[in-house]
Amino acid sequence: MNDRRGNWDKEDDLPVYLARPGTTAQTPRQKSWGMFASVEGAYENKTIDFDAYSVGKKGSRTPRSDSREVLDGDSFSETASDVSEVSGSVISSPGDREDKTPGVEIRYPTGKEFLQGQENGKSDRLLIKGGRIINDDQSFYADIYLEDGLIKQIGENLIVPGGVKTIEANGRMVLPGGIDVNTYLQKPYHGTTTVDDFYQGTMAALAGGTTMIIDHVVPEPGGSLLAAFEKWHEAADKKSCCDYSLHVDITQWHEGVKEELEILVQDKGITSFQVYMAYTEGFQMTDSQLYEAFTFLKGLGAVVQVHAENGDLIAQEQHKILSMGITGPEGHVLSRPEELESEAVFRAITIGNRINCPVYITKVMSKSAADIIAQARKKGAVAFGEPVTASLGTDGTHYWSKNWSKAAAFVTSPPLSPDPTTPDHLNSLLACGDLQVTGSAHCAYSTAQKAIGKDNFTLIPEGTNGIEERMSIVWDKAVAVGKMDENQFVAVTSTNAAKIFNLYPRKGRIAVGSDADIVIWDPDRIKTISAKTQNSALEYNIFEGMECRGAPLVVISQGKIVFEDGKLHVHQGMGRFIPRKPFPEYVYQRIKTRNKRMEMLGVSRGMYDGPVYDVPATPKYVTPSPSAKSSPTKNQSPPIRNLHQSNFSLSALSYSTSYIFPGEASRQLEGYNNTSKHYKHTAIIGAQIDDNIPRRSGHRIVNPPGGRSNITSLG
Amino acid sequence: MAEGKRTWDKEDDLPVYFGRPGTTDQVPRQKYGGMFCNVEGAFESKTIDFDALSVGKRSSRSSKSGSKRDISQEGRRDSEQGSIGTETGSGGLDEGDPGIQIKTAAGKEILQNLDEVESDRLLIKGGRIVNDDQSFYADIYIEDGLIKQLGDNLIVPGGVKTIEANGKMVIPGGIDIHTHLQMPYRGTTTVDDFFQGSKAALAGGTTMIVDHVIPEPGASLTEAFERWREWADEKTCCDYSLHVDITHWSDSTKQEVETLIKEKGVNSFLVYMAYKDLYQMTNSELYEIFTFLGELGAVVQVHAENGEIIAQEQVRMLEMGITGPEGHVLSRPEELEAEAVFRAITIASQTNCPLYVSKVMSKSAADIISQARKKGNVVFGEPITASLGTDGTHYWSKNWAKAAAFVTSPPLSPDPTTPDYLNSLLASGDLNVSGSAHCTFSTAQKAIGKDDFTQIPEGVNGIEERMAVIWDKAVVTGKMDENMFVAVTSTNAAKILNLYPRKGKIAVGSDSDLVIWDSDAVRTVSAKTHHSATEYNVFEGMELRGAPLVVICQGKIVLEDGTLHTTQGSGRFIACTPFPDYAYKRIKARKQMAVLRAVPRGMYDGPVSEFTPMSRGGTPAASARTSPTKQAPPIRNLHHSGFSLAGNPAHRGVPSEETPIRPAGRRIVIPPGGRSNITSLS
Repeated sequence: MNDRRGNWDKEDDLPVYLARPGTTAQTPRQKSWGMFASVEGAYENKTIDFDAYSVGKKGSRTPRSDSREVLDGDSFSETASDVSEVSGSVISSPGDREDKTPGVEIRYPTGKEFLQGQENGKSDRLLIKGGRIINDDQSFYADIYLEDGLIKQIGENLIVPGGVKTIEANGRMVLPGGIDVNTYLQKPYHGTTTVDDFYQGTMAALAGGTTMIIDHVVPEPGGSLLAAFEKWHEAADKKSCCDYSLHVDITQWHEGVKEELEILVQDKGITSFQVYMAYTEGFQMTDSQLYEAFTFLKGLGAVVQVHAENGDLIAQEQHKILSMGITGPEGHVLSRPEELESEAVFRAITIGNRINCPVYITKVMSKSAADIIAQARKKGAVAFGEPVTASLGTDGTHYWSKNWSKAAAFVTSPPLSPDPTTPDHLNSLLACGDLQVTGSAHCAYSTAQKAIGKDNFTLIPEGTNGIEERMSIVWDKAVAVGKMDENQFVAVTSTNAAKIFNLYPRKGRIAVGSDADIVIWDPDRIKTISAKTQNSALEYNIFEGMECRGAPLVVISQGKIVFEDGKLHVHQGMGRFIPRKPFPEYVYQRIKTRNKRMEMLGVSRGMYDGPVYDVPATPKYVTPSPSAKSSPTKNQSPPIRNLHQSNFSLSALSYSTSYIFPGEASRQLEGYNNTSKHYKHTAIIGAQIDDNIPRRSGHRIVNPPGGRSNITSLG
Repeated sequence: MAEGKRTWDKEDDLPVYFGRPGTTDQVPRQKYGGMFCNVEGAFESKTIDFDALSVGKRSSRSSKSGSKRDISQEGRRDSEQGSIGTETGSGGLDEGDPGIQIKTAAGKEILQNLDEVESDRLLIKGGRIVNDDQSFYADIYIEDGLIKQLGDNLIVPGGVKTIEANGKMVIPGGIDIHTHLQMPYRGTTTVDDFFQGSKAALAGGTTMIVDHVIPEPGASLTEAFERWREWADEKTCCDYSLHVDITHWSDSTKQEVETLIKEKGVNSFLVYMAYKDLYQMTNSELYEIFTFLGELGAVVQVHAENGEIIAQEQVRMLEMGITGPEGHVLSRPEELEAEAVFRAITIASQTNCPLYVSKVMSKSAADIISQARKKGNVVFGEPITASLGTDGTHYWSKNWAKAAAFVTSPPLSPDPTTPDYLNSLLASGDLNVSGSAHCTFSTAQKAIGKDDFTQIPEGVNGIEERMAVIWDKAVVTGKMDENMFVAVTSTNAAKILNLYPRKGKIAVGSDSDLVIWDSDAVRTVSAKTHHSATEYNVFEGMELRGAPLVVICQGKIVLEDGTLHTTQGSGRFIACTPFPDYAYKRIKARKQMAVLRAVPRGMYDGPVSEFTPMSRGGTPAASARTSPTKQAPPIRNLHHSGFSLAGNPAHRGVPSEETPIRPAGRRIVIPPGGRSNITSLS
C-alpha cells in the first residue's frame, strides 16, 4: 500500500524485533487492581460467545426492514449472495454466526456499477436504511437520507428521489463518525517528519471509523504561529482525505504571540491552543507565563490545552538517570514518573481555577493524573481530560522489553504507565464521564527514526500510533466488557469532542443538517491488530496482536462511502478544513456565569489613621513587586504604587526631614536592644506620606495631628 | 514587660479598633461543616460542666499523695496556688480538691532562688505523668536540669524543694517548632525579641522554641546563623534551636549548609516556594536542594505557596483597586497553597527526601498532606496556632488595624470550619506537630502597608496561646486525648528535630522541661494580659480552657502563681543532629529498595534515520540555570551555534526559518552487516 513500508515487507514476516507486545521478560512488579477489579488478561481470552450477548435487537428489527423492501423494488434474495461475499472478505468475521443475521448491503438502482463513483453526481445521494442510529443521548431506528454531504432527512418511510444508492444496514449501529482530537501527522522532527503524512494518516483514521481529525500545529519555538499554521493548513489541504481542523501549540510565550493568537481565533478559525509544562529545552512555560496565557486565551474564548508534565523535574531526573548509565527506553519512563504528570495536572487546574479558565488536559496517561482531574471536576473545576488510544489500550511494561525497537516504539510523553491496571482504570473513568474525550496522539516515527535515540533515551522521538485503533480499542475495552454503553461510546469518541471544540451539532451527531460523517459499526467483528494489515506507514504497531471486538463496516465521510469491504476509496486532498468559533458553550457557559458571580470587592473602610512605621531607605525586604520581572513579556503595568509616587509629592516630605532623630538609626543598627525603642511618637503635619517611598534611614511613627484612631474605629 | 505596649496601655482599655474578633460585618459565605460535623460555635459556649467530666481521677490519687505528705511537712500554702493568676473556671470544685503546693525544706524562702545550689534539686510528687505513649502516676526527681529518678517512693537527698502536684497532669514542656523572634524586617525587627518572645512561650507552657534564621538572599547562611545565635544566647530564657532558611541556592550555599549540619547543630532548613524574586526557588532548585539535604540527613521544610501565581494575583487585585488586607487573602487563595504542597510532596518523593510543610493553613493543603501520607510519602504537616484557633473571616473586618493583624502567609482560610478540621487531622495523626509562627509586628509596623496590602509585614502571634488553643479546641472537645496532645505539642517535634528523648518525654535522663497542666483553668486571651509586646492579639477575647500551672525549665521553676521568674540569656542552644530516625528510617530503607537498573539488551543495530543534529536539549544541564530570577535562554540555542556538523547545513536552519516538511529527504541507513542481529536476542 505504500512505499515506505516496502523495506520491511520484502520479508514475509515482521522483523523479529517487532514481536508481539506482552512477552517481555522483565516487567515491573504488578500493583493493585483497578476500579472494576477484573482479573488481568481476562479480556484477552476471546472465547466467550459474545454473539449471544450483542444481538437480539437484530431479530426484532429484521421483519421491519423486510416489510419495506417493496418500496425499493429490489429483491432481498438477490443481494443476499453478495452479502455473504462481503462479509467473507472481512478480516475475521465470526464464521459461525446464525444464518439469518444480515450483513450490510449496498444497492444501486441502475445495474451493478462500481460501488464508488465519487465523481458521479448520483453518488452524492445516499440512503441508509434500517440502521439503528446511536447518538450520545439515545438510540433509535430510522433511515437516513444524505445529500450534498449533509444529512437531509431522518425518519421512516422517507421520500427520496429515485436513483439513490441505498445501504441496507439491517439493524446495525449507525454512529456519528469518530473525531480524533489529537494527532500529529507529518510532524517535523530534527529535519525528518513522521512517516504518516496527512494522506497516510487520514486513510488510517477513516479505516478505523474516524471521519475527522484535529491535528496539532507545532511551530518552532520563537517562530511565527501564523506561518506554522499556514504551513500545516497547506500540507493538510493537499493531502488530507477526511475533514480536519487544527490546534496550534504555543511553543513560546511572548508579546508577539498575542496578536497572532487573536488573528488565529478571529480570522482563521483556530480556537484551541496547547501549552507545554514540560520540555525545558524549548516549549516549557513558567507558571507566570501559564497564568498570562490562560488569562489571554480565556479572553479570546479559546480552549486551553495543556501538556501536563513537570519539565523541570523531568530534566533533573533525565540527568540523574543518564548519569546512572541507563540509556535505554526504560529510562524514559523512569525519568518521567506519573507523579510528575499528576503534579502538573494539579498545577494546571489550579491555575485555571484562579483565572476561571477551562483547562483541557491532553494525553492523560496515568491513573493518578486521571484521578486528579476527576477530583477537580468534583470540586467544580471546568477541566477536561483526554486519554489516548495507547493509554486506554496498553501499558508501560513494554519499556522494559529486551527488544530495543519494541521498547522504543512505546516512547511517548507523558509515558505509558508501567502499572498494568491503568487501561482499565482510564476506561472506567471514561465510562463514568470523569474523562471526556479520546484522542490518539498518533505521531508515528519509524524504528529507524526512533533509533536516533538508541544510545540516549532522551533523543528518541516521542509518539505512538493509534489513529486507526482508537474506536475499536474503546469499544473492546469499555463497551464490550460492559463498562460503557453505546451512547457513551459515541459521546467519548465523537460528540464530546465536537462540543468542546465547537463543532457540535455539525459534527458528532446524526441529525438533520449535520455533516454526513457516518459509521456503520459492527460490534461483533473481531479484528486482530497487526502492523501487517494496518493502514499506517509504520512497520510496527504498539497494539500488535491485540484482538479487538468492534470495527467499522462502512464509513461515510462527507456523504461519500470511503470505506467498505475493508477497502478504502479515498483520494488525496478531499478533506476540508473546518474552521471553528470561539466560546464553545460546552466549555464556556459555566465560565461566563462564574465570571459574573466571581467579582471581588474590596472592603470599604475608613482610612487607617493610626501610627505608621516609617520604612527606611533601601528596603531590604521588599515584598516582591509582582509584575516587575515576572516574565519575558513585559506587558504588565508597573505597580500602582509608583503612580502615586510620581504625582503625589506632598509637602510632608519637607516636614519629615526635619523630624529625623539622628541618634535613633544608629541605635537600631547597634543591637536591637529593646523593641520598645523602635517607636517614637512624633507628631507630624500632613500624615499622608506615601509610606512606601524609601526616604532615609531611621524610622519613625507618624501620628496625625488630631490624635489617632478616628475613622478606623468605624467598625 | 513590654514598653512597646505602653503607648497603648495609657488608655484604660484597648483602642476601640481592637474589638473582639468574630464581630466583623462582612464575612464570606459560610461553607459546609467540617470533619466532625459539629454545630459551629458550639464550643464557644462554655456552659457545660467540664469538671464533672475531667476529674474523678483525682480522688483516687489524692489518697496516695496524701500518704506521702509526711515526707515534707512544711507549711502548706493553700488555696491561692490553686488558681494561678487565672480565673479558675472551676469555682465549684469540691473543697477537698488539692491545688499545687510548693514546699521548700529550709524555711519560707522565696520560691525562686535560681542561683542557689539547692534549688537545682526538685521533687514533683504525686503528679500524673503524661507522655505521648501513656499516662501514669509517679514522682519525679530532678537534679542538675535532668530528670534523675522516676517512680514511687523515691530516695532523694534532704532539703529538696518539693512540688505537690496532687494528681495534676505533668507533661513534657511544649516545643514550639516555628517562631520568628526578633526577625529583622526592613530595618526594624519584630516587637517580640528573644527575651520577650521566650517569656511568652514559657508563660504558655512552651519550654523550647525553634526559631528561623532568615539570611538575606545572597548573604552567608553561616553568618546569619551566628548572628541569630548571638541574639538568642543573649536574651532567650528557654532552650532554643534554630532552623536556617535557604533563601538562595548556589554552590557556596551547599558548603555552608554542610557546615551547618555537621558542625553547627542545625538539621532543618526551610525553602520558599513563594515570594517571587526574593526567596522563591524554582522547581529545579528545589529538586537540587531536596536531593542535597536528603543525602545529608536534614529535614526539608517548605513554605508552600505558588509564588508566581500569587505575584500575578496581587497585580490583579491592586488593579481592581483592592488595597486592604482582604486583598492579601484574595490574592493568596488556599488553592495555591494546596498546589504548592502537592508539588513539594512530588519533588520530595522523587528525591526520596522527607518533607516538612510549615504553616498548614487550609483544609485543602492539609488534605493533600494526609492523602500523601496515605500513599506512603514521608511528609509532616505543621498547623500553627492561628490556623488552629481562628480563621480568615477577619480579613474583611471594617477595622483596618484588626484586619491587618491577621495578615500572614499562607493566609488564614476564610472558611470558618478550617480550625476544627485542622484540629481533627492533628488528632488523627495526619498532621504531626504544631508551631506558632509567632512573628509579631506592631500595628504601626503593619501600617506600612496601609495603602497596599502587599506591603503589610506578615505574621501573627501565637507562641503563648499554642498549647491552650490545642487543648481547648482538640482535647476539651474530645477529638484528641492527652497523650496525643503531648505528641503534637512536644514529642513529635522533638523526634523530627532528633532531640528525642532528651526533649519531648518525661523519662530518666531527659531534660527537666516540665509543665504541670491545669486542664480546668479557663483563661481569656487578651492583649492586655498576654506576655507578647504586641498591642493586639489575634485570639482577643477567646476563652481557652487549659493552662499551665507550673512550668519548669532546665530544672528551675520559671512559672508559678502566674508569675514568671526568668533570666535573660538563661536559654541554651540545643544542637540537633542529622538523620532523625522519625523521618529518615523509612527513607533509608527506601533508598536500598529504590535502585534503578537498566535493562540489559544488545546494541540496537537496525537502521538509524538521519537527522539534523539539533538535539532537542538532550540532557538538561541541571544546575546551569540556578539563578533564581531570570531564565537562561533555551539550551538549544547553545547547541545551535556550537554544533555545526558537516551534514546538510540547509536543514539546520534558524528556528524562525521554516522547517521543511520534507517528505522526500528521508533516508534509511542500513549497517553493512545487515540488520537485526543482536536486537533479536529476545
